[in-house]
Amino acid sequence: MFDYNFHWRPVMKSLPDLLEAAALTLQVAVLAMVLGIVIGLCLALARLHLRGPVYWFATVWVELARNTPALFQLFFFGFGLGAFGLHLSPYLIVLAGLTFNCAGYLAENFRGGFKAVPETQIRASRSLGMTPWQAYSRVVIPQVFRIVYHPITNQMVWAVLMSSLGMLVGFRELSGETQFFASRSFRIFEYFAVTAVIYYAIVKVILLSSRLMAARLFRY
Amino acid sequence: MISIRDLHKYFGALHVLKGIDLDVQKGEVLSVIGASGSGKSTLLYCINGLEAIQDGTVTVDGTDVHAKGTDINTLRQKLGMVFQQWNSFPHLTALENVALAPRIVKGKPKAEARDIAAKQLQHVGLGEKLDVYPSALSGGQQQRLAIARALAMEPEYMLFDEATSALDPELVGEVLDTMRLLADEGMTMICVTHEMGFARDVSDRVAFFHQGVMEEIGPPAQIFGDARSEHTRKFLANVR
Amino acid sequence: MEPTLKFFSGFAPNDLWYMGEAALRTLWISVLSISLGTVLGTLFGWMLYEGRRAAALTLAPVLDVFRSVPLIIQLVLFYNFAPIVGLNLDPFASGTVILTVYTAALVANVARGGIEAVGAPMRRAGRSLGLSYWQDLRHVVLPIGGRAVFPSWVGVALGVMKDSALVSVLGYVELLKASQILITRTQEPFLILALAGAFYFALSYPVSRYATYLENRWAQ
Repeated sequence: MFDYNFHWRPVMKSLPDLLEAAALTLQVAVLAMVLGIVIGLCLALARLHLRGPVYWFATVWVELARNTPALFQLFFFGFGLGAFGLHLSPYLIVLAGLTFNCAGYLAENFRGGFKAVPETQIRASRSLGMTPWQAYSRVVIPQVFRIVYHPITNQMVWAVLMSSLGMLVGFRELSGETQFFASRSFRIFEYFAVTAVIYYAIVKVILLSSRLMAARLFRY
Repeated sequence: MISIRDLHKYFGALHVLKGIDLDVQKGEVLSVIGASGSGKSTLLYCINGLEAIQDGTVTVDGTDVHAKGTDINTLRQKLGMVFQQWNSFPHLTALENVALAPRIVKGKPKAEARDIAAKQLQHVGLGEKLDVYPSALSGGQQQRLAIARALAMEPEYMLFDEATSALDPELVGEVLDTMRLLADEGMTMICVTHEMGFARDVSDRVAFFHQGVMEEIGPPAQIFGDARSEHTRKFLANVR
Repeated sequence: MEPTLKFFSGFAPNDLWYMGEAALRTLWISVLSISLGTVLGTLFGWMLYEGRRAAALTLAPVLDVFRSVPLIIQLVLFYNFAPIVGLNLDPFASGTVILTVYTAALVANVARGGIEAVGAPMRRAGRSLGLSYWQDLRHVVLPIGGRAVFPSWVGVALGVMKDSALVSVLGYVELLKASQILITRTQEPFLILALAGAFYFALSYPVSRYATYLENRWAQ
């Protein structure tokens, strides 16, 4: 049954390249998350407080991001925009697709977070003479941040996992790089096994550091 | 002085305050009693501008609360408010809860704001709880925290909106004691309350609200002993 | 230029048929994997709940791997691993196996949450009425816990439906792969992607809305 000889040496040789690609994976995921948090916050506020075209724009964004495959979204930023003569680099395709997706999911988390903070917290703040902005930034947002902290962590994990789709649009992040080496050496299993371990480690590090940070941030 | 003239307030088609006229002098303690839905809490919200009004005027020390040019945030610093739900800020310690507004609204330096906060917490008997988060405080303690938070803005008036209604019975006493303490210190207070004992013993005057109308106002002895209005007598007979 | 123009033939009615077939393949592999994965995952969830420490040490970390490694890597790994152990699986079978296990790993947590949601007092009440362990599971835990986690399960199922697009990496021509092929041939990326996106959206959006509606109604 096991007439297959595992060859790990070539994989080990390209390990530095793989780790470098892993850094690229992390970079694009973090960037997409930062952009996604900012945009997601705006989308959530638009859906909570605005009407008319801005509300609909935000709603369509959120629903498209949540109800179509991430790969579809990447294809859209890849081939789809090509229809309008706009050709993004693989890096930008992945960044745009991930940002679009993360912003949509995070927007819903933020919306839930805002709804979970009672209206009376704003009233109490305003009764102390705070401006609406002070009430929001000093009282509401810190509480929302705590509520969405774990969803943000999960989304960060998703962003890392999702960035592997870069492989299908020619972006040489960790998966793309792995595929590149694997197809040259025909050691597909070995290469992807090592890559799986790297992903696993990245995810665990994210979850662990998130937990450590939470212990420092939230003492209440 | 707080002066209210012909105040009308609607929630949609619902007419909740129907022409209120009321003056509250500096140093006075006024209790407002009446059934739920009689408009007494809404009155407080109209005084500090948390609710807009449809007709009439509310002036605080000569400033029209609802006029367009009024800086409501500055005016509110004069008007401390304590709510039925104590609304502690859950993400801040007791000290930070109290120090927040002095720091960001009044622009006091951090150290000074913390000193003020510590002093006010001491004042309401929470001197031992400075670094505790609200989740570790009882309802009564959180309500006293809310009082300290309002006092830290050095208000000239305190508005209490059923400050003890949401509390477990055994915790009501400590909050009433704190309110009594403020009254003794000469704070001007308007207390919407269901605590008839407090209204009778502590206030200078008691106002009875019925269906959006101030039916009568007078010294406690008169309201509780010799009410003129049929509604007042009926209400008092039911709550006692 | 003439031949090239002929090769890029534009979008024909036939192509719509081609996409329809691919959409059915997406549906088929999704329904199959979600069904099998739900059964397996519920079983895992029950083991996690009842097995306590033993399960926490053995089953939980294994399931965790499937949530911490990109699905696309899992697919490639398994597809290339199967022949090593003498299994000859076509892309569809490989895809189904991995999607099933992936679903099971996600459903296991949901199912355990459902059992926990029922709570010991309610179960004791059931047992005190003379229900056997299995009767209690069937008549108390399943209806109450199932209702509590139904919305989460819908989320998992829709997620797997969207993620089934990744089986294309093994050469299984589901909807997105078919779209990609058609785009290359017809050079009509926008139209084709819009059709594919509309299919996913039409499937996912009503179901997720309905789940939210049920969640709100049950919450009252």
